[in-house]
Amino acid sequence: MSLSLPYALAVWRRNAAMYKRTWKWNILPNLFEPVFYLFSIGVGVGAYISQMAGTSYLAFIAPGLVCVAAMNGASFEVTYNIYVRLVFEKTYDAMLTTPIEPDDILAGELLWAATRSCTYGGCFFLVLMLFGLTPLPSSLWVILIIPLTGFLFAAIGIVFSLRIPNIDMFSFYFTLFLTPLFLFSDVFFPLKERLTGGWLWLAEVLPLLHPVRLARASFKGEFSSTVLWDLAYILGMSLMLLLWARRAVRNRLTN
Amino acid sequence: MKQHASSAITVVETREVSKKFDDRIAVDHLDLEISTGVCFGLLGPNGAGKTTTLRMVYGVTQATSGTIRVFGMDIRHNLRAVRSRLGVTLQQNVLIEALSPKENLQVFGRYHLLREPELSRRAEQLIDFLELRSHAAVPVRQLSGGFQRRLAIALSLINAPELLILDEPTTGLDPAVRLTLWSRVRELRDAGTTVLLTTHYMDEAQRLCDQVAIIAVGKVIASGSPAELIASRLAPETVELDCTPREEALLFDGLGPGRSLRVGRRLMLYVEDAASLISQIRRHDQGDRRSVIVRPTNLEDVFLALTGTSLEVNP
Repeated sequence: MSLSLPYALAVWRRNAAMYKRTWKWNILPNLFEPVFYLFSIGVGVGAYISQMAGTSYLAFIAPGLVCVAAMNGASFEVTYNIYVRLVFEKTYDAMLTTPIEPDDILAGELLWAATRSCTYGGCFFLVLMLFGLTPLPSSLWVILIIPLTGFLFAAIGIVFSLRIPNIDMFSFYFTLFLTPLFLFSDVFFPLKERLTGGWLWLAEVLPLLHPVRLARASFKGEFSSTVLWDLAYILGMSLMLLLWARRAVRNRLTN
Repeated sequence: MKQHASSAITVVETREVSKKFDDRIAVDHLDLEISTGVCFGLLGPNGAGKTTTLRMVYGVTQATSGTIRVFGMDIRHNLRAVRSRLGVTLQQNVLIEALSPKENLQVFGRYHLLREPELSRRAEQLIDFLELRSHAAVPVRQLSGGFQRRLAIALSLINAPELLILDEPTTGLDPAVRLTLWSRVRELRDAGTTVLLTTHYMDEAQRLCDQVAIIAVGKVIASGSPAELIASRLAPETVELDCTPREEALLFDGLGPGRSLRVGRRLMLYVEDAASLISQIRRHDQGDRRSVIVRPTNLEDVFLALTGTSLEVNP
């Protein structure tokens, strides 16, 4: 193990220094995007739905959308941005001329992706709060669920970014992976009321399902034993992918 | 005791170092020894193993066999300690284009865990040292190639390294920038910094380096000071002219092997005394005076004599 937190933070700070330049332009869409979803789907479509899973439709989709925001925040960072730094800008090659090691780079990038997921998810949560859609204090658990979602999707994205041969492959990642997750992970309708038997088991594979279930449980303030499974999935999956990513980063950057 | 003394003045030492990538041997039993305060040039044609050698010295590439000691430490077990004391300018400039030179220096300084106010102090110092002041606050993407290269070198100096590694520092730069960079490198060396550089430019190596090693196919084929190398390999004067191989046979039959080098129509002849050769050429030309250049033999002649002039890649 050659991870050193000060060096990982130096990697984090490099990204932060760049983000400082652009945050104003990044934060605005972060704030608008959720409002659009809330109005279009929550209020617009919701007008035709008297209730879903025992709540108003707007209240039903709110917690899931927080996780979607967290997922997107991490995903942009660990796909296009990491790939550009790795392949085009050679940022990591430069870092490796200093005492920074590959493990520090991976850790720094993970922390940064989690930070971005917190800004996305956090903004969304604030908007929901303004609309009175966050039952307090139970919904505050989401403050922990957002970074967990960030880590999970950072790990998935980093593994994908390290495997692909060219940058065009990211369109598959977004349209064939993240978009279906967004649509079919309990965000807009309860899976367990639509799927039966084996399909329901299969749906447990979907990574976004678990943070969404956790967020919904926290908004409701009702925690069942499923929470443990959801947490185990998120942590276990993240850890497994990171172990793989750790080796891949080292192989990619050093030889 | 003796061992200890020698390691104190040797900054980089490679012993029998080899590197294989799959089936290809990039570096083959390479021995180098670079002393403190020396500017050392690693010369060789494309694909000779120069960059691989540099990468092994700062520990990003691991040698397949052999040992590398930097500052007396085995690189395999002292990566962070070694890298905290050296600086590397890569072949490709690695800059953050959206940020200014000053901000780039600050970001890079943090990779070495430098903190304010020391961080800004060093950044300012390097901005002056590499003459970046006029554009210190402009986003890097608006800077010319020469500015960007100077900044790239400034970044590798942010930790005040004892060993500065430069991979083709002046490729693609205009003559004025090259001259500036050379004088900065000399200043650093005079202040005690050891410099290890690769270059394709033999004039650069000859002017800048105290010691050079010419490598081909991963092996050192000649080493020493540029002056020594020239003196030991070729005659001091070079006569350059255009002529066909047939004319050459006619004109310079008695010159013997290893005294001439041909690149297309261009012929270079290495002689002790150019005067007699020139009168020989003039007699042959009979008033039809062709252009003949006489110059001191330089490192490029030695380089070409050793590594060949063929453009075909030897695998």
